[in-house]
Amino acid sequence: MIDVEDVVVRYGTAIALDRVSLTVAAGEMVALIGANGAGKSTLLNALSRVVPTASGSMRIRGCFAHVPEGRQLFSDLSVDDNLRLGAFRATDRDTSWIYELMPELDGVRKRRADSLSGGQQQMVAIGRGLMARPDVIAIDEMSLGLAPKVVQSLARQLSRLNEERGLGVLLVEQSARLALSLCSKAYVLETGRLVAEGPSRELVNSHFVVSAYLGSPLEETA
Amino acid sequence: MSAFLSYLVHGIAVGCGFALIASGLIIIYRVTRVVNLAQGMFAVLAGLTASSMLDLGLPHGLAEIAATIASAAAGVILGLVAIGKRGTSPEASLIVTLGVGIFGYALEILIWGDQPRSFAGLSGLLKISDLELPKQYLLIIAVTLLVFGALEVFFERTYLGKTLSACASNPGAARLVGINVTRMGLVGFALGGALGGVAGVVLTPLTPVSYDSDMPLFVNGFAAAILAGLRRPILALAGGIGLGVAEAMVAGYAKPSYQSSLALLLAITILVVQSARRSSLHVAEQ
Repeated sequence: MIDVEDVVVRYGTAIALDRVSLTVAAGEMVALIGANGAGKSTLLNALSRVVPTASGSMRIRGCFAHVPEGRQLFSDLSVDDNLRLGAFRATDRDTSWIYELMPELDGVRKRRADSLSGGQQQMVAIGRGLMARPDVIAIDEMSLGLAPKVVQSLARQLSRLNEERGLGVLLVEQSARLALSLCSKAYVLETGRLVAEGPSRELVNSHFVVSAYLGSPLEETA
Repeated sequence: MSAFLSYLVHGIAVGCGFALIASGLIIIYRVTRVVNLAQGMFAVLAGLTASSMLDLGLPHGLAEIAATIASAAAGVILGLVAIGKRGTSPEASLIVTLGVGIFGYALEILIWGDQPRSFAGLSGLLKISDLELPKQYLLIIAVTLLVFGALEVFFERTYLGKTLSACASNPGAARLVGINVTRMGLVGFALGGALGGVAGVVLTPLTPVSYDSDMPLFVNGFAAAILAGLRRPILALAGGIGLGVAEAMVAGYAKPSYQSSLALLLAITILVVQSARRSSLHVAEQ
């Protein structure tokens, strides 16, 4: 699905990504965790060709959708318009399946996107990404600024899409706890470099990940 | 008909023309963030083209449509030059539109000479009770309402209209969902050209146009667009009509020579007030 190999991204003289390699297989849920400024969003922007790479290679097989940080909705358009615009490259622009998947949006489909709560806006952003009928979706900071209950609901929906439709997911998160509990594999990025990678069940027991990102073992707080 | 009503109807008709130019400016600005300084050129081009088409024997209606299409094509060409190169800043594009507008002078003089041209519009008066309304004025108002109605349907009901609105709302997100924002910018320029063209073909029977008629048209259209807050094209209708009526009243009750200064004065005042408000907001945020 996604194959990133030794990618370097520079902003002027600063190196934002330094020889980063990452793979997301078909139907796999992969987490990319790291602190603010680690380069997580840069990697997604490079995958979307929003920022150019200085070297390395990136291959995406199948349809790829990117849900950017901060939701980036079309604020003065309705929820339904936002969703339909997500299918710009697709031929099927029927939004009914998104409302079935996220019933919370059904009652607000005619409302302007900027009048919604943060959780609803995040659902619209994810729904807009899903409208492209992607094989893999990359979601940047899904939990940022949202109540735990809303985050749990979004996580459930993603897991359901992964199980029922085989949707590949690349979840970029500052919340390592959420990312590691949701995804089977994870990468840890620090100041543009990958410092750890492997199955989530191994990383949650790694002393480095526990001390730097979890604070306490995952099982204790689950 | 009383002088007041006469000025009012004249002001509404001319204001409709300003509104058409303003709506083109707003669409181009919203989609591309470029203030198109050559917007008046579209009206001049269409007026001159329609006069030539009519001279060649094309019937009314067809000649005006052909002139509007020519203006839309000029819009696409201007768009290609102004925003076609990836990474061109809106400020650089603005200067490009000024340059193309001046280049347009040369082309127009080459084709049509430097003398004003016009053509006959709808002649005669429509009598309603003791009111006598020039039919050309009514035609301008009817065409404008039709065009604004079509614009409303286009932006509210069509996928292309929504796509343009998406580019105006959030160009970065538009790119992420696969929209070619530059191509949509060209659609915006084509629409802007067509709207300027409609203004040109309906106003030329009232006021002959020559190569340098673009600047007064631009200033009036810009003032109407600023009155509309450079937001929705439909608001430009109110802005244009308000401006047209104000100018007609100033020309009628004061001096006609003051009329042309009014739009400029209004645009500068609004820009200064908005700028001062933004500055105070910025200070308050800090």
